[in-house]
Amino acid sequence: MADTMQFDLVSPERRLASAQVVSVQIPGTDGELTAMPGHSATITTLRPGILTVDGPDGQSQYVVTGGFAEITTTGVSVLAERALAREDMTQEIMDEIMEEAKNTYSKQKEAFDNQPGPVDDAAKLLSDMVAMGENMGLSAKK
Amino acid sequence: MPNLKDLKNRIASVKNTRKITKAMQMVAAAKLRRAQEAAEASRPYTERFNAVMSSLAASVGGSDTAPKLLSGTGKDDVHLLLVLTAEKGLCGGFNANIAKKARAHAQKLIAEGKEVKILTVGKKGRDQLKRDLGKHMVGHVDLTEVKRIGYVNAQDIAVDVLNRFDEGEFDVATMFYSEFVNVVTQIPTALQIIPAKFEQSEGTAPDVLFDYEPSEEAILADLLPRGVATSIFSALLENGASEQGARMSAMDNATRNAGEMIDDLTIEYNRSRQAVITNELIEIISGAEAL
Repeated sequence: MADTMQFDLVSPERRLASAQVVSVQIPGTDGELTAMPGHSATITTLRPGILTVDGPDGQSQYVVTGGFAEITTTGVSVLAERALAREDMTQEIMDEIMEEAKNTYSKQKEAFDNQPGPVDDAAKLLSDMVAMGENMGLSAKK
Repeated sequence: MPNLKDLKNRIASVKNTRKITKAMQMVAAAKLRRAQEAAEASRPYTERFNAVMSSLAASVGGSDTAPKLLSGTGKDDVHLLLVLTAEKGLCGGFNANIAKKARAHAQKLIAEGKEVKILTVGKKGRDQLKRDLGKHMVGHVDLTEVKRIGYVNAQDIAVDVLNRFDEGEFDVATMFYSEFVNVVTQIPTALQIIPAKFEQSEGTAPDVLFDYEPSEEAILADLLPRGVATSIFSALLENGASEQGARMSAMDNATRNAGEMIDDLTIEYNRSRQAVITNELIEIISGAEAL
């Protein structure tokens, strides 16, 4: 088995990373999963969270919100709606995406009158964001 | 014969025009490079996205539970035309070509007895279509304030379109934009975005079988709305590059025309000046001879 695999992180606006890595920890919708070389081919959607990449020369982390990951035996491509390096994540950006999530939540709540489904999805999105913020030591005003 | 002063003023004014068009051409060239880079940068995402989507669509598409965004509403009575144009003019036939394509499509649909709704992005397209199709307009997205097109802009438009779709306002959505080929060639293009169509790469059946987490249907339902945003985003970027390309060649032409005009005017000016001198000489000589 190969020691490393190809990892690509792309957002609609640019390619953020492309490298040979040892493992990638992906925040999947159904839970965290770690992909290593030889992982069975999987496609999973993402929840907002932190993507941890272990490369041969150290670890790097990215903040991703939504999108999906395509895992094959030889590589991982993550297509994130919005992605940025963890160092670049600031309180302002956090506030901004929190604001967006909150807006979606309140809109969905209004539109669907508390039916399960879309409202729950939006609520989950919001709580995922809060969890992510706390994890990073950024305050996420509820 | 126009007098010398007038000619001189005209030459000066055409020279000023040439300076402006030259400057606009250079600005457009710089912006074009940036727009092309942006389009280039979005390509990996779009390509991978479409690859995954088409393999998903192929496996789920046939079933009855396929999402409406993929299978359609089963009717095609109401059409939404999403017309993407520029916010600014002075870019040759760029806006007019897109508007023309959209108008032809709209008129064809109206002739077939379908209902047409038009959503415009960009001021120029709205202005051109307002005259004869004004009553079909259902909305307009203003991007005047946007300096650099981001994915967020595309998302906003996509959300608007998807909300209308969810409310049953239309059955089929087609997007009009200009595809960038090179600086002198931009092709106005129509692309159906709802129900989504994916090019089936025949013969190249997916060589790996993917596990899907959560289910295939859930992923597809999650990705289809994103697909709309992605295609709008890449169309916006193509449009941005096309606009700058069109402006660049339009301004290049304008600069050249101004140059020709200056040459012509200068010749005329010199001739008139010579004529005046000759006249004066004749007067002096004939005056002297008469003595």
